[in-house]
Amino acid sequence: MSTNLKRRTMSSKPGAIAGNALVHLLLAVLSAIWLAPLAWIVMTSLRNDTGSYFKDFFPKNGLTLRNYTELFDPANRQLLDFPRMFMNTLFISIFACIIGTTFVVFVAYIMSRRRYKTRRFMMNVNMILGLFPGFMAMIAVYFILKAMGLTQGNWIYLALILVYSAGSGSGFLLLKGYMDTIPKSLDEAATIDGCTQWEVFSKVILPISKPMIVYQILMSFLGPWLDFIFAKVIAGANSKYYTVSVGLWSMLDKERTYDWYLNFAAGAVLVSLPIGILTILMQRFYNQSMSGAVKG
Amino acid sequence: MESKAKSRSLVRKGGAFAEPWTASGAILHGNWATKLSVLIMGFGNLIHGQIVKGLLFLSIQVLYVYYMITAGIPAIKMLPTLGWLEQVETWNEEKMIYEYAAGHNSVLILLWGVVAISISFAFFFIWRAALKSAYKADLLHKEGSKVNRLKDDIHDLFDEKIHNLLLTLPVLGVLIFTVLPLVYMIAMAFTNYSKENDHLVLFDWVGFDNFTRVVNMQNSVGQAFWPVLGWTVIWAVLATALNFILGLSLAMLIGRKRTRLKSMWRVIFAFTIAVPQFVSLLIIRTMLQPQGAINMLLIHDLKWIAETDPLPFLTNPMWARFTVVIINLWVGIPYTLLQVTGILQNFPEEYTEAARIDGANSIVIFFKITLPYVLFIMSPYIITQFTGNINNFNVIYLLSGGGPPRPNSTAGYTDLLVTWLYKLTVDQQYYNIGAVIGIFTFVTLSIVALVTYRSSGSYKDEEGFQ
Repeated sequence: MSTNLKRRTMSSKPGAIAGNALVHLLLAVLSAIWLAPLAWIVMTSLRNDTGSYFKDFFPKNGLTLRNYTELFDPANRQLLDFPRMFMNTLFISIFACIIGTTFVVFVAYIMSRRRYKTRRFMMNVNMILGLFPGFMAMIAVYFILKAMGLTQGNWIYLALILVYSAGSGSGFLLLKGYMDTIPKSLDEAATIDGCTQWEVFSKVILPISKPMIVYQILMSFLGPWLDFIFAKVIAGANSKYYTVSVGLWSMLDKERTYDWYLNFAAGAVLVSLPIGILTILMQRFYNQSMSGAVKG
Repeated sequence: MESKAKSRSLVRKGGAFAEPWTASGAILHGNWATKLSVLIMGFGNLIHGQIVKGLLFLSIQVLYVYYMITAGIPAIKMLPTLGWLEQVETWNEEKMIYEYAAGHNSVLILLWGVVAISISFAFFFIWRAALKSAYKADLLHKEGSKVNRLKDDIHDLFDEKIHNLLLTLPVLGVLIFTVLPLVYMIAMAFTNYSKENDHLVLFDWVGFDNFTRVVNMQNSVGQAFWPVLGWTVIWAVLATALNFILGLSLAMLIGRKRTRLKSMWRVIFAFTIAVPQFVSLLIIRTMLQPQGAINMLLIHDLKWIAETDPLPFLTNPMWARFTVVIINLWVGIPYTLLQVTGILQNFPEEYTEAARIDGANSIVIFFKITLPYVLFIMSPYIITQFTGNINNFNVIYLLSGGGPPRPNSTAGYTDLLVTWLYKLTVDQQYYNIGAVIGIFTFVTLSIVALVTYRSSGSYKDEEGFQ
């Protein structure tokens, strides 16, 4: 029956062939639209021109790597220090990642495996908190950090690390959902064997949750690279403490854009490469964990 | 009779987690040492030899009392007025400079007031814990069983009480960096803290004035609010619906039997996910400027339009609205594609086979079987998309910046509530109005989310798979 059906749907009527060609044409056009901005930025980053707007779409003066090398030129680094921004972001994201992931793992484990008095209350409050727009509290966070004296000098690093990680415990739902699929019998067996709950956590649940935890690690590592609004508000005009996103954004400022436009393109390409690789990796771990915790 | 009533009340209050050592029990039935713990925290613990624990409670109390006397009570006292003393400028003849006598700063007064109240709340819970702990030691002692030592308590923290160990820091983080700022910001909604009439240093409580101002069409704030709210809703519906419909269509186009190179198409679309959003959006913004790459291509290379009138992608109100919706599709469709592809691959083929045998054609199958199936699985995703779009700061802010500007208004034509909120607070310093907008956004979102989330299966039956 099914082969019969197949034959009928696969029948090569001229209309079907034309339709099939049309579908592939449409997909090709859409692919071109989706890839165009990315191809364009790579092309622009290699342009051998100056200024910010160009009359011709395709570069006529040949290609160069100058826009890349300029980003690392000591003379330019006095104005906007791209390598430093990169290191700033790396530094902040490593610490934010360590703290953030730890918090998420802790909370997810407790919410998934332990039952205690205020659990439901905490989960409901957390859900309500999540509904407030993040930017609403941002200015208040800034005032609080300022009152704590964390918006000056090197304290800005601490301020940004805290902003990206301190509240991360509330993002436990995904990992909790994953841990929920681990059978309770595993915990019970471990407890009968004399494990304390800490040992159940560290020796049973953590190893099983590895793919999802790697996903969480990558996600909290990427946070500071992708956010630019908190970094912009907290670093203010102090370009020493810019993260890459704020730096790239400020290269397109009205007063900077003429000199920095092509360097922006180069910086965008440089930043996108590592982040892109990590994102693809993250997606892979996500898919892996979506296929379930314990198979069988 | 009494004990029955008592046990029932325990069950009601604590459910399965009821413990015999309650705070009220400590006050009513505790011995003298337990009762004294009401005033001197940790006293009961010290009496029963829990030295470290007792001293810990005692030192918390000492610190709290010291804090309240030196800073807490003065801060709370200032809350009703939020300060009145203006900064005074006097000319110092000898040094030939202006000297400033510091005045009150309402921002800090409000902050420290909120902090003092929060610390008092936290202290209350620690006080209750101390009382319970003293009562517990007392009860165990009376029973003749061993009173838990420090070693037992630490062991408990790694075993049955592990939630106390693991949750303390994360909860503290959320309290300080999410709850405290929110309370602080909500408080601002009831003040006149804004650059209007120069209330940036000293401001007062104004009750619900800001709320009535925002909803009232008669004044400038209200005139800005309603159009922004309207556009936010239209945007969220359009962005979510189009994203889903087009993402689903694309997934089905790629997934259909006769499409070749399936994985290549998928990789191409997934490519844009890998590029950081702020990078791709900034790139697209520069491309869409009047002198941007797209217009240059159309003018100089293709000569389709004249140089004098470039396409107003982000400068004309209607164009700008279309542009942000379409660019949002560029951003969002790959994500939908990724989700739908997985779902369609797990789609039980028997359903369509059976329908085909019954004589249904492809269109009927799509609307009666495939679509309901995908909708059922995707509904949580669609809801998060919807709320995410209401709060979609990145696309609007990076692309159009909320512009083009509306005459006589602080909000532009493409401003959402969140981007307007950002402008009102960070750029324009109308903190009070910004706070009100935030509260309204919250109300809108909670109505959407609470209803849908609470009726979702994962909330009702979260242990279904355990």
